[in-house]
Amino acid sequence: MSQAFRSADRLGPNPLAGIDAVVAEQLLGEALAAGGDYADLYFEFRCGADFVLEETQVRSVGRVLVVGLGVRVLRGDATGYAYTEELSAARMSEAARTAGQIAAAGGQVTPMALTLIQGSDTYPVPESSLDRPGPDKVALLRRADTAARAFDARIVRVEVSLSEEWREILVFTSDGRLAQDRQPMLRLGVHAVAEEAGRHQGGRSGTALRRGLELFALPGHAPEEHGREAARIAVAMLHAREAPAGPMEVVLGPGESGILLHEAVGHGLEADFNRKKTSNYTDQIGKPVASSLCTVIDDATVGHARGSINVDDEGNPGQRNLLIENGILRGYLQDRISARHFHSEATGNGRRESFRCQPLPRMTNTMLLGGQDDPEDIVRSVTRGVYAKHFSGGQVNISNGDFVFSLTESYLIEDGKLTAPLRGVNLIGNGPEVLRQVTMVGHDFRLSEGTWTCGKDGQSVPVGVGTPTVKIARITVGGTRTP
Amino acid sequence: MSRLPDARRCQEWAEQMLSYARTAGADAAEVLVRDGSELEVKVRMGEPELVKDAGSRALGLRVLRDHRVAVTYTSDFAPAAMRQFARQSVELCELAEPDPLADLPEPHEMARDVPELDLWDETAPSLDAAQALRLAKQGEQAALQFDRRVTNSEGGICSRVMGATAFASSAGFSGGYRGTSLSLVVAPVCDDADGKKRNGYHWTASRFTSGLLDPEAVGQEAARRTLAKLGSRKIATCQVPAVFAPEAARALLGQLAGVVSGGAVWRKSSYLATREGTAIASALVTVVDDPLRPRAPGSRPFDGEGLAARPNVVVSQGVLRTFLCDVYSARKLGRRSTGSAGRGLGGGPHVSASNFVLLAGKTPPAELERLSEGLYVTDLMGFGFNPVTGDWSQGANGFWIDNGSRVHPVSEITISINFDDLWKSIDGVGNDLDTRGSVQSPTLRVSRITVAGT
Repeated sequence: MSQAFRSADRLGPNPLAGIDAVVAEQLLGEALAAGGDYADLYFEFRCGADFVLEETQVRSVGRVLVVGLGVRVLRGDATGYAYTEELSAARMSEAARTAGQIAAAGGQVTPMALTLIQGSDTYPVPESSLDRPGPDKVALLRRADTAARAFDARIVRVEVSLSEEWREILVFTSDGRLAQDRQPMLRLGVHAVAEEAGRHQGGRSGTALRRGLELFALPGHAPEEHGREAARIAVAMLHAREAPAGPMEVVLGPGESGILLHEAVGHGLEADFNRKKTSNYTDQIGKPVASSLCTVIDDATVGHARGSINVDDEGNPGQRNLLIENGILRGYLQDRISARHFHSEATGNGRRESFRCQPLPRMTNTMLLGGQDDPEDIVRSVTRGVYAKHFSGGQVNISNGDFVFSLTESYLIEDGKLTAPLRGVNLIGNGPEVLRQVTMVGHDFRLSEGTWTCGKDGQSVPVGVGTPTVKIARITVGGTRTP
Repeated sequence: MSRLPDARRCQEWAEQMLSYARTAGADAAEVLVRDGSELEVKVRMGEPELVKDAGSRALGLRVLRDHRVAVTYTSDFAPAAMRQFARQSVELCELAEPDPLADLPEPHEMARDVPELDLWDETAPSLDAAQALRLAKQGEQAALQFDRRVTNSEGGICSRVMGATAFASSAGFSGGYRGTSLSLVVAPVCDDADGKKRNGYHWTASRFTSGLLDPEAVGQEAARRTLAKLGSRKIATCQVPAVFAPEAARALLGQLAGVVSGGAVWRKSSYLATREGTAIASALVTVVDDPLRPRAPGSRPFDGEGLAARPNVVVSQGVLRTFLCDVYSARKLGRRSTGSAGRGLGGGPHVSASNFVLLAGKTPPAELERLSEGLYVTDLMGFGFNPVTGDWSQGANGFWIDNGSRVHPVSEITISINFDDLWKSIDGVGNDLDTRGSVQSPTLRVSRITVAGT
């Protein structure tokens, strides 16, 4: 097994090399010594680097190396959790016994023999970017920086960052699963500031995919394109005007608008909230929860996508899950505890931020599938409304579905045409209500390749979002100009 | 498995790594070591849901060679691994470009001693998982029993963090300290008439066990806050005065901390970049950043670069007195550091407020609500703040005020104003400072804000 995990030279010796089935079975036995229904071990090795270029200079380079083990013991719905960064026999055994405390006086199970779970590899990389020489990456930063500055004389500041991560995980479970994965991530971000007559505006662009440096040779992914895009937004927003306030028609552009779906629907479909009956989607399976134009999936198997996982952090293969089909709620995103509760199959959505955290049901790549409408017709159908192009993020109250999204690039639509850029726009609404207001769905589905990170219970995981152009008949726009 | 963090031992590791870095060829270096343990327990509907108990230790290194910087992080403390890590870190410097401003602080800037700030509670280590579960359960139970309309719960969570921090710099400083912090949160859920769920919470936090509120009090207040949201609805789009509860005001103040940071200023990422010495807020507003308050959540005896921590008056009666600076941003702006550097393990120093406090005024909060009509804001949602322009628009929950009293709960609205106008139009500051977090505010009233609703 250590063979499968041999890292390339620059990553150094693999600290997980000595972890094998013998070690794992011993630890699982200790974790379950006091009782409990189930135990799992999550070994993680993470190596990362980051580069920041500011004012045309590489200001700082960073490197991180983290190794650890998280041990979980379940008794019913209760979790005992402990972790250690030191993979010595004594420390690992201490973590196993500490996690096992929760199970005192619980049932008695014996760990089963381990079988390897093989997922397909949806993000093979020829070589980790970490194995490439540093100057190659510095050159990429410069290309983005130069392109942003050249875009317009009003660009007064550019910051470019590149971060790379190589994560190897090994999961052993007391019900006999052994899973392993290597999860690369490469992220480039550009932030540009434009200035005119004392006014400033900022623009951002970036990409994050599970790839090596070959990413930047792909069409549409050259660093220059992100430099220019960040600069374009900053300049375009210089003349943005105050946004209207109140309910109106909104057209969501393709790709990034999926953030709305992530917040408005995705979180509410995570099975833990439904198991605890604290989600607005509780007991709604089989019922209409959206306009019949809406089909929503969560797909961990999109090639190289930021949210993709070959196996989840509980050792189940990542998969494509249907959540809403033509408006009807079909399923939840499960982790082990919730799947047991609902007597359902694992969906491969048990994810964690690191070995320090217990798994939770989480999204991977959440998408609204394309429909029949021509995107131009969608914009033409609006008399007065807002076109949403770029988002900085969103937040949802899972209990009742109320959400808010912040737009960083948006335009007024007047008589079917995009007119003035708008500043400081928010969209606010309620998940199920807004999905019922979807009246047109474009045929231009796009998965955003942006740098989305989802937070829940203090844990951050990388995710993907995607939509076609979508028309929402009525949603509240939070601007400053009252009618 | 909670072991007691040992500041002395951390300091030895820090000094050891400093010497490895010098041996490996660094011109200068600084090392941060953190050793800590966390105990977190959660009870839901009376049953234990989570017991997490673990210790953690890691080291952050910043090395300089020929004015080139590398920042690295590891959790491997074996001497051979530490030596190899030092060598690799120094090699990384080659990839950076020389920047003399990035050098360590001048030796004369460094802290001379480590003041005792009373951040360690001797009784905290004796809290075990069983006791923590009991506190969480009592808190949740108090909420569930408070009213029949409290039908569900997101749980009671009790946590304790114990940590030691040590820092050693070749500029001439080595020191360490320990701290504890404890908290209890209760989050009940009610079912509303329209089938919507309403959730709320209340929390208590302190560096000392004795500073926590009774679990029953926390649970009951959580229930009251949640029940108050029943019947929540949108309101019509309008412009009205808004009263921000201390918890919502804290969020505003945290955003202000971001735009008075020297880092945002030299990066041209703050609308306040050219406004030092001028009025940026109503004369009712005075804000201090004070790292030396005994027992306070954001206190630290020295900053993230080993400079003496000191209180800074940031805004005095509405006038912006100073930006908060670390050494790098101070050099960029041609001045001295204000001793305001924070330092995480994974990154280099950066400006970070300590206890960022808007001083309490004299007005009882109830008096601030004496409005013919207005909005009382309890919490904010979303990320609608553009620090470059000051454009500000956020989702909000709260209550509609009519004739001086809160008449019904409000949700699904946004409130918008330019951040500059927001601070200038504050016409009331309450006498009810909320000291639970490191960003602390009393109730604030803004004379006019745009509400987007129906």
